[in-house]
Amino acid sequence: MTVETAPASASPAPADQPPRRGLGRRLLDGYLYAGPVTLTVLAFVCGAVVGAVMMVVADPATRSALGYFLAAPGDTFSNGWHAISAGYSALFRGALFNTDSLYSNGGAPIFGPIANTLAYATPLILGGLAVGVAFRAGLFNIGVQGQLIMGAICAGLVGFDVDLPPVIHLVAALLAGIAGGAGWGGLTGWLKARTGAHEVITTIMLNYVALYFLNYLLNVSGFQKPKTNEAVSKPVSGDARLPHLFGANLPVHLDLLIALGAAAGVWWLLTRSTLGFSLRAIGANQNAARTAGMNVERGYLVVMLISGALAGLVGCSQALGARAGGFDNSVDANLGFDAITVALLGQASPWGTVLAGLFFGALNAGRVVMNASTSTPSDVVNVMEAVIVLFIAAPALVRSIFRLRQARGGSRVSALAKGWNG
Amino acid sequence: MSTATGTRPPAAGDELVVHHQAAEPLLSTRRRLAGAAGLVVAGLVCILVFGLDANPGDASFQVALAGFGPKIPNVQLPGRPACFVLGALVIVLALLHAARGFSRRSMRWVIATAIACFAVSFLCWAATGTPGNPFTLLGLLQTTIAASSVPLVLGALGGIMCERSGVINVAIEGQLLVGAFMGAMVATMANNVAGTLAAAAAGGVLGALLAVFAVKYAVNQVVLGVVLNVLALGLTNFGYNALLQQNSSGLNNPAVLNPIKVPGLSQIPILGPVLFDQNWLVYLTYALIVAVHVWLFRTRWGLRTRAVGEHPRAADTVGINVARMRYRNVIIGGMIAGIGGAYLTIGYAGAFSGNISSGKGFIALAAVIFGRWSPLGAVGAALLFAFADGLQILLPIAGTPTNIPSAFWSMLPYVATVFAVAGLVGKVQAPAADGEPYVKS
Repeated sequence: MTVETAPASASPAPADQPPRRGLGRRLLDGYLYAGPVTLTVLAFVCGAVVGAVMMVVADPATRSALGYFLAAPGDTFSNGWHAISAGYSALFRGALFNTDSLYSNGGAPIFGPIANTLAYATPLILGGLAVGVAFRAGLFNIGVQGQLIMGAICAGLVGFDVDLPPVIHLVAALLAGIAGGAGWGGLTGWLKARTGAHEVITTIMLNYVALYFLNYLLNVSGFQKPKTNEAVSKPVSGDARLPHLFGANLPVHLDLLIALGAAAGVWWLLTRSTLGFSLRAIGANQNAARTAGMNVERGYLVVMLISGALAGLVGCSQALGARAGGFDNSVDANLGFDAITVALLGQASPWGTVLAGLFFGALNAGRVVMNASTSTPSDVVNVMEAVIVLFIAAPALVRSIFRLRQARGGSRVSALAKGWNG
Repeated sequence: MSTATGTRPPAAGDELVVHHQAAEPLLSTRRRLAGAAGLVVAGLVCILVFGLDANPGDASFQVALAGFGPKIPNVQLPGRPACFVLGALVIVLALLHAARGFSRRSMRWVIATAIACFAVSFLCWAATGTPGNPFTLLGLLQTTIAASSVPLVLGALGGIMCERSGVINVAIEGQLLVGAFMGAMVATMANNVAGTLAAAAAGGVLGALLAVFAVKYAVNQVVLGVVLNVLALGLTNFGYNALLQQNSSGLNNPAVLNPIKVPGLSQIPILGPVLFDQNWLVYLTYALIVAVHVWLFRTRWGLRTRAVGEHPRAADTVGINVARMRYRNVIIGGMIAGIGGAYLTIGYAGAFSGNISSGKGFIALAAVIFGRWSPLGAVGAALLFAFADGLQILLPIAGTPTNIPSAFWSMLPYVATVFAVAGLVGKVQAPAADGEPYVKS
């Protein structure tokens, strides 16, 4: 942090230069009048700093060295530095590249970490899109959790209880999952459109209903894995599983392509279609949209159907991909709530959501290695995520920390969900 | 009416009152019919489902707690006829509503009556399940209050303090969590009072974060709340794994508060043991319910708070400092929710465990909205959720006429809420400026 502030404090000297400016001055200006990219990078820096502090706090060696700080201050710093570098290198090894894979013969695959990142990112992207679409229409869908559970149930039922020819079986299972999610999301939209029931309440409640419904099914024959007492579903039959994209050793399934396709679809929907325009209009100002002749109630229903369908795909990705061998009641993997953070980091734009999903996927892949190889609890990752999103949402705070100036031309107003009254 | 009535407040029966009611907008015909249809369905469920399925014979309720207070005979209700009568009563209400329409004000009582009828006939049905074995009503109520309601009530009150001043609080869940964490840790290291204070402080800090980002940096408040929840979950899990787990006897071993009988009040026949044989955090909750209500509606501070939440520009024009008002209310709200979090650990469960609040903050948020941003309404909603929560713990154990898988009992509170919100409450109006940052121009 101190490194970044140094040029700022040196800036007054060349302030009264004539219009022709040197390269250094232009670079400095580019930094001082930071655009969105710089601000995003700086938000990540803040997140990394907070993460580093927590890694130091969690390190027993550093804490014991702090006990004799005045006698040997070097110990504290070296131990602390060691904790930080061990933590971040573990994250890096888990998420991107493990140098061990170069030297081992047939051991860890070189692309293993990247594949893990992609595998973690896929459901997050789909879930982020689900939340983001609803955001753009001014709805706050906390119900991705329940919608994905219903999607997983439906996809699973078709996957293990229906016999169909190979490709058709997968398509049918996917469609069932989409329908399950869309139905559950659409229920919220319908309730809001017909009765005005607030979507925040209904989605929270329907999350629990879906979870308990799954709990019930997991103990019913026909859904439960035969000959066990465990609450685990049957394994999905081979033809209904999402195929591996890069060989059976790497956990990347077809759902990655589905997620990218969905992002393209959402982008087209929001920016190129009439429906998307009216959805955004409803999100921006529902009264104006109504006055302009748009059917706001229908918009609520449609956007919740779309959002639920995307959430249903998350369920498919879990039930037919990562957990095709049988899933339990942790099939949601808290993806519904993580998806909200992803959508926020992606500023509810489809491609931003893809990037945010990849980033969170990388953190999730990294945290596994971090948990195994360091003493730092991997919950640091959640804190880092929160801090990054917080700082991205508050550019003014980042500016004041790094002593930047307000960008010329004003800042972009984010078109996310507003207050309760829309 | 004569002119003399102009100076005295209108009393019941005055023509003035009639005028007031006539001026109040009645519900639209469609909404009225929809509400009536919902009530009819509820009534039919009482008659057809509960009534017909109930075992013949009496539903017997044990009113007094065993070995506590004066002996009260068990209440015997004929199970089936009771369901029929209560269901019919709900249907009569529905027909009245369809025919002439209740005003919004009296609709509250209609809803409350319908819910009560539904709940009692449900209980009659459930209690006929085990003929020789009376249903312990007070046990249920005590579970409701002791196990479930305090975090919900305090979380909802905290949320209302925020939202009435114009800041949306989705971070109740996070405030409960940090409260539970700090409460457990400080109570282990010092004592329970210090633990409660630390929990309030932790909730207040999270509230302060909410306030700074919402008021100063004008961040979207729903976004903010969600992120603060992630932050609180991450921090408490981190602290749990890095600190509490390493030294659980020294850091995560608080003494659970003992119930204290209030002399006199706890001797009241039925309600005494339920309400006044609890630990002091529950009594603090009673006090806070009254305090928040009085605070918001009977003090200058409350008037200003509501003004800032409804129309900040007008409030600013008459010299109220909008930002300061919001900071204070959001921080106080966070402290109240933090105390609710303390109840999760030192008031009930003892040790902290990861994600101990498990969604209670979101239920509290639902109670805020369901209760239409009024303290008493939210408390009622929170109690309803807590009651349903108590039912789903108790009923699978007690046994019912038709055996129902426990998962469906667990769904009950949530399904009931969806029905209540969609069928009876409908569109609610938040404080007008709730969620909108105020930029002074």
